[in-house]
Formats: sequence, structure tokens, C-alpha cells
Amino acid sequence: MHLSPDDIIFWEYGFIKLNATIVYTWGLMFVLAAGSKAVTRKLSVGLERARWQNLLEIIVSAIKKQIEEVGLRQSRMYLGFVGTLFVFVATASLFTVIPGYEPPTGSLSTTTALAICVFIAVPLYGIKEQGLGGYLRSYLEPTPLMLPFNIIGEFSRTLALAVRLFGNMMSGTMILAILLSITPFFFPIVMSALGLLTGMVQAYIFSILATVYIAAAASGTAAAEANDS
Amino acid sequence: MLIDWFTVVAQTVNFLVLVWLLKRFFYQPILNALDARERRIAAELADADAKKMAAEKERNEFQHKNDEFDRQRAALLNNALSEAQAERQRLLSAAQNDFDNLRASREKALSREYRSLSEALTRKTCAEVFAIARKVLADLASTTLEAHVVEAFIRRMRELGDDEKAQLASAFQSRAVSTPAASTAKPTVATVATVATAATVAEEVLVRSAFDLSAQQQNSIAAALKEILGVESSVRFATEPELVSGIELVTNGHKVAWSIENHLASLEKEIGKLLENQTGSEPDSGSASAVEIPPESR
Repeated sequence: MHLSPDDIIFWEYGFIKLNATIVYTWGLMFVLAAGSKAVTRKLSVGLERARWQNLLEIIVSAIKKQIEEVGLRQSRMYLGFVGTLFVFVATASLFTVIPGYEPPTGSLSTTTALAICVFIAVPLYGIKEQGLGGYLRSYLEPTPLMLPFNIIGEFSRTLALAVRLFGNMMSGTMILAILLSITPFFFPIVMSALGLLTGMVQAYIFSILATVYIAAAASGTAAAEANDS
Repeated sequence: MLIDWFTVVAQTVNFLVLVWLLKRFFYQPILNALDARERRIAAELADADAKKMAAEKERNEFQHKNDEFDRQRAALLNNALSEAQAERQRLLSAAQNDFDNLRASREKALSREYRSLSEALTRKTCAEVFAIARKVLADLASTTLEAHVVEAFIRRMRELGDDEKAQLASAFQSRAVSTPAASTAKPTVATVATVATAATVAEEVLVRSAFDLSAQQQNSIAAALKEILGVESSVRFATEPELVSGIELVTNGHKVAWSIENHLASLEKEIGKLLENQTGSEPDSGSASAVEIPPESR
């Protein structure tokens, strides 16, 4: 039993390892990109539209609306990053219905990579919105004494992001594997369905937390506090 | 170690590539399509709004015209009604006038007819009454009555006043001088000519009676004449049945008479005068009683 898909290595050359995480991620990327390309090739601007286009429009509209509700007015600017986080995590857990598939998000390396992306994106968006000085000043809020705690908070929440997603996805897969060996047939199916739900919830949590962090950095401490509350 | 840093880097790159891919093939086209649809819907809504506004404007215009038309129609109807009312009043007044005129003329005609009928009836009645009276008196005439008539005639001559006697005498006198036209004595008045004492010429006197006078009666009349006129005159007697129990003395255009006929004639004359007076004052009472047209016939 593998604790992480990182352990499944298809090809290795030095420190370069082509493990299951990367391969499945590429698979996901291909499916998403190809599917998007296929659906958006013949987009209709009228009232009559295809079912797939409708689905994608619903997804995009929901993500955009969610971003706006968090407090980011210019939702289109963040849609690419936040939306991709959600779509990637959700698709990764959705594909668990395929036998033999290992979700890349069940790898701590992937979740760490995603968390690092968020960790980098937050100050970038903050600086873009408030300027470097404005962003750095936010670490001194509400008092300069809070600077170390703010810095620690920045790291710890990134760590929490990565570990939370990894724990949930990995545990889901692990429970499924364990149950398959103990009680085949019925119970694993229920747990698989539960895993799907968990995956969707995690995708939402991951992306919404990333949005909140970005919103906090982009619009100052007050907005962040308001959003936290 | 659960974290493979090569994998972390690879996944980071993968994620960034995925972000780019999805942005290019997913979000942007979908957002563009959404924007295009929103623009199209907005345009359609604006177009619909514009059409709605135009329709509203046209509706208001139509409503305004409709109201105006209703007002004009109401005004025209009112005018027509008032004109019809006035025309009706005028026609009614004209009809009432015509009716009044017709009624008045009919009332007059009826009144005239009534009067003439009444008059004719009265005259006829009178004539009948007198005819009956004449007939009755003629039938009743008898010797006794005739004797009374003669007596009454003689008494009447005797009872003549002095003036009347003088007139009669002068008439006789003038008759003697052959100036008969000078006499002015009224024939109907029971005047008795007195014979002038100076006159010596005897004149024939005609005494007419409704019945044959006996010799005694003739002598009595002659004696009375001689006594009254103081002249001997030849008296000629004639019988005239239409005198109705009467007797009269005619001489030289003068006449002294007593008869029921004379009384009847005089009575008839008086009644004729009375009728004339009545017809003169009758229209009021006649119109009031004769012409009353019932409401149904109006």
C-alpha cells in the first residue's frame, strides 16, 4: 500500500522521477484543457446553448460570484488562479471513481505545491493592489508588535492549507483501500461516494481560503478581519 | 519523507501551466460568451424597452385621441339632444297652437251651429205655438165669442182717448177733403179715429171681421161709429177668416182693429226681439256648455 502516489514511480533518472502524481496530474491537465477546448470551440452567445457549455458557464459563474462575495471586486483578475485551484482539486477527487486512479491531491507534494502557489500569490496580489509599502504595512497591523505573529501566521496557514488537503484526500483514499481489503463490495462504494463529497468540500475549502487570503492581502487588514469574521 | 521536492516543483509548474491553459481555453472563452450574451440580452432588453416606450407613447396617444373622440362625441350628442329637445318643444308648441286654433275655431263653429240650431228651434217652436194658437182660437170661434169680440171692439172704440179720437176725426176730415195721404195714424195701434164734428161728408168705412156679423152686430157697430165720429157713414162689412176672431175698421188707409191675430202678431214680435237679444248674449254660455273636447281627442 502506498501512502502517497509519489511512491508510484514510473520512470526515474537521477533526481527526476516520473511518479504517479505527475502523470495523473498531466492526465487531468490534458482532460481539462482538451475538454475546455472542445466545449469552447463552438460557443453560442444566444439563448440556445449546448449542455456542456451550460455546465461550464455555471461553474465559471459560480466561481466568479463566490470570489465577489468574498470581497474581491475585480473577480476576473483572480478567476484564473482561484478557479483553477478549485477545478483542479475537484477534478482530482472526482476522478477517484476511475479504478486504479490515485488523486494527485493525495500527495503532500502536490498540496504543498498548491499551498506554495497560494503563499506566493497572496503577496503578489497584495502588492499589486496596495503597493509594496501598503502590503508590508499590513504586517504591522494592528500594532508592530504583531509583526512576528503575522509572519508566523502567514507560514502556518500555508502549512495548514497543504496538510488539510493532503490529510483529507489521503485519508479518503486510505480508508477506501483499507475497507476494500476488509469488506469488499458495498461499504467501499459508500465510502467512495463520501470521498467524492469530501473532495468537493475540500476543493471548495481550499479555493475559498486562498481567496480569503488574497482578499485580505489585497484590501487590508480590516477587510481580512471582516472576512474572517 | 512525504514531500518530494522535485514533485513539488513539477506540480507547481504543472499547476501554473494548468492555470494558463484553463485561462486560455476555459475561463476567457466562457466569460467572453457570457459577456456577449449579456450584451445581446441588454441590447434586446433596451430594444424591448424602446419598443415598450414607443408602444406606451402610441398607447397614450391613442388613449388621448380616444378620450378626445369620446369628448367630441359626447358634446355632439349633447348638442343633438338639446337641439332635438328644442325642436320637440317647438313642434309641441306649434302643435299646441294649431290645436288651440282648431279648438277655438271648432268651438266657434259649434257655438254658431248651436246658436243657429237653437234659434231655428225657437223660431220653429214659436211658429208652431202660434199656428196652434191660431188654429185653436179659430176653432174656438163661436157666436158667443164673436159677440164678445164685437162688444170688445165697440168698447175699445168708446174707450179711445180724446187725442186718439181727435186724430181719427181729423183723418176722417182729411179724407173728406180728399187728402188721404196726409194721415199719419199708425195702423197697428188700436187708435180710433174720431169723426170731425164739422165734417158733413160721409165716407164709406170698411169693417172686416173673421166671422159673418149678424145684422144686429152690424147695426151696433154702425151706431157706435156714428156716436163716436158724429157722422153718418156707410159701413161696408166684409168677412176675412185669417183675422182670427178679430174685427177691424179700415178707412182711407187708417185701421182700427181688435183681433187675437193682432195680439199674436204683437206677441210674436216681442218674442222675436227677445230672441234677438238672447242670441246677442248667448255665445258665452253657449261656448261654455257646448264645446268641451275630451282630453283623448287632443
